[in-house]
Order: sequence, then C-alpha cells, then structure tokens
Amino acid sequence: MVVFNAGRSPFDRFLDLSRLSELQGIEEDATHVSFGALTTFRDMEDCPAVHRHLPNLVKSARATGALAIQNRGTLGGNIANASPAADTPPSLLAYGAELELVSSRGRRRVAYEGFHRGYKQMDLAPDELVARILVPKPQGLGFHFFRKVGTRQAQAISKVCLAAYARIEAGVVAEFRVGLGSVAPVPARARHAEAIIQGAALRALPVEAACTELLKDISPIDDIRSTAQYRARVAQNVLRQMLGELAAV
Amino acid sequence: MAEKILLRLTVNGEPRAVEVFPMARLVDVLREDLKLTGTKEGCGEGECGACTIRMDGRIVNSCLIPAIQAQGSVLLTVEGLATGEEPHALQSAFHHHNGAQCGFCTPGMLIAAEDLLRRCPNPDEAQIREGLSGNLCRCTGYVKIVDAVKAVAEGRPA
Repeated sequence: MVVFNAGRSPFDRFLDLSRLSELQGIEEDATHVSFGALTTFRDMEDCPAVHRHLPNLVKSARATGALAIQNRGTLGGNIANASPAADTPPSLLAYGAELELVSSRGRRRVAYEGFHRGYKQMDLAPDELVARILVPKPQGLGFHFFRKVGTRQAQAISKVCLAAYARIEAGVVAEFRVGLGSVAPVPARARHAEAIIQGAALRALPVEAACTELLKDISPIDDIRSTAQYRARVAQNVLRQMLGELAAV
Repeated sequence: MAEKILLRLTVNGEPRAVEVFPMARLVDVLREDLKLTGTKEGCGEGECGACTIRMDGRIVNSCLIPAIQAQGSVLLTVEGLATGEEPHALQSAFHHHNGAQCGFCTPGMLIAAEDLLRRCPNPDEAQIREGLSGNLCRCTGYVKIVDAVKAVAEGRPA
C-alpha cells in the first residue's frame, strides 16, 4: 500500500485476500505452532502459545513498526514483501520454520531457509501464495534471544537484527541456529558462526572465533540507514552479547 | 480503472454509505467523501500516525487502508470522541496540559491514547510512551502529551 500510494506500484489490479478464513488463525499441535499467512503481528503478541514456545516471534512482532502497524501487518506479508530488513524472518530462521505454498496446482512445503533466493527474489511462482507458516516447537532446554538495533525503539527499520535459538543438552550446545536481518541481500542464517558454537560446552564457548566467522555469513552495505562497517561491527557485538547470555544459562 | 463500490461503514456511531474506488485510501474517504477533516495526513506511509483512527476495535493508520478492506467496518475518528459539546477527558487534559501545539498530530494522538486507556487503564510512563510510539509529534517533545494522558489515567480533573 505504501508503494501504491507513492505511485510506484507496477501493478494496477488487486485481489483482496484479507477475509479468507483459510489464511487465518494460529494453530498448535504436538510438534508445531502454525500461522495462517494473514496472522497479524498483534495476533502473535496476544497468543499464549507463541509466548510460551516462540518468544522470539513475540519480540519480532513488537519490534515491527508500532501498534497501528502491528494491528494490520501480517506474518505472510512480512515474508512475501521479501525485505532483508524485516524483523520476523530472523526469528523464523532461528526456529527452523517451513512454509506451505498453495496454488491451483496443489500445495508444497518448503524450508523457509532458502525461500529468499536473492534481493526481493523468492521461491514462489506467480500463481502461488504463502498460505501457512509452520514453526516446530522447541523441545527440551531452550535458549531464545532476539535483538533489533534501530535508530529508535518504534517505527524504525533495522540496521541489524539478530535472533538465535539454542537447545542445551548436558551443558553442551546440541542445536544452534542464528538468523540475521539487514546484513545481507536476504534474511540470512549465520552458518559459519553456528558451526563454531554447535557442540561446544557452555563453559567454554569459542565466542571470539564465532564473531570472526560471522563476517563470512554477512555482506552488509552502506545505505541511508547505516554503513557496512557499522553493521558488521554491531552484528558481531550482538552475537557476542547473545553468546555471553547463552554461556550464563 | 476499477469501478466504484458502495462502501458501507459505521462512523462515530452513524451508518454511512459512500461510492468510492476500491483502492481509495480510507483517510481520503474520511476527509474528502465524508468531510471528516479531523483526521490528518502527515507522511502517507504509516510512519507518523497523524491519520490514526480506530477500526473494528483496533487502531490503524487510515492512509494504509484501501477502502475495500473497510467494507462493513466500525470506525472511530477524533470527531467521535466528544459527547455533544462535552469534550472527552483526554481532549480536556490535552488542552489543560498544553499537549497540543500546532495540533496536527493531536487527532491521532487522542485516538491512540484512548485506545491505550481502554487496553490498559492504569499505564505507567513506559506504557504510555509505548502506546503512543506510533504517533510522532514535532512540537511538544512529548512530555506534555504524556502528562495529559497520565492525568486522565489517574482520574485527576483536567
């Protein structure tokens, strides 16, 4: 709507999906919390199951715009708008989310990681819709971390956004995923940094090695909101902060 | 170009019907078609909150709502806050505390503040600031606005 209002939309025909009940609702079963694409940020903030199992998504929702935006903006829209600066994708990556895509040809389920193929490019055919977002419920002892760095707390577009999830087993990081926003052409996993931490003991996390490796995971740019140098430094700082909290679990 | 639709709304308690294009912005429908010019347009992209109204119980940026998505909705604009000639407590408090200077953000601020107090009748200062965080004011520095909302929350006479 912002692009349309500014006269920059390449489209002039629209289909209103907002009342399709098939695309609405948050559902919980034994293994997943799943979200209709039309789930609003506010719906996530108000849902006890999301607070309990996926706290990073609540923080992502509260970090997006301000209340009037959170009342209208949707999880499906946040994904399909394909901005690398969106604040829910890092959390979805950290939780290992999947997407259900539908068209008249059928349904398919894809990992969210890999869905964004390049800046504003998606694994989504012209006749396909993002129908649902499926997020596995973390099991066992979990560590959840989300931090957005912007110019102010509300109505800011991220300079750096980092979400992490770790499963801890017998004092060791058994499972670890980090999602990043605003530091690459697409929402990105920190595969190199993760590999350093995965399997490490909480008492001896190789924090500095992970921060060095993180630079292989990101390709920040200079733009109106920040500089590449600032983003790289802050991404490392936020990773360091997160690992410090993880070590203290 | 799409054909106009008959848009039926309840605005400030009154049923209204108006012919508009489906992608007309709700802020324009309110101001141009319904002549309710209390709602302001600042940025036109959901950043400033000047066009904030309540739609079906939740505050929204009316510049970002295509008319078709408001079909059948119940709206509250700043014109609906007062009871007859009697201003809403928030309006009196904004007046008393000088919470309005140029006044352009005020209609949106009042709607957001009213929404906050309905959700959270006894907010602390952080909650007031979060409740109004989608509404930008370039005059007051927010202190007098926060004072006004606090006064109403605490039931102090304006």
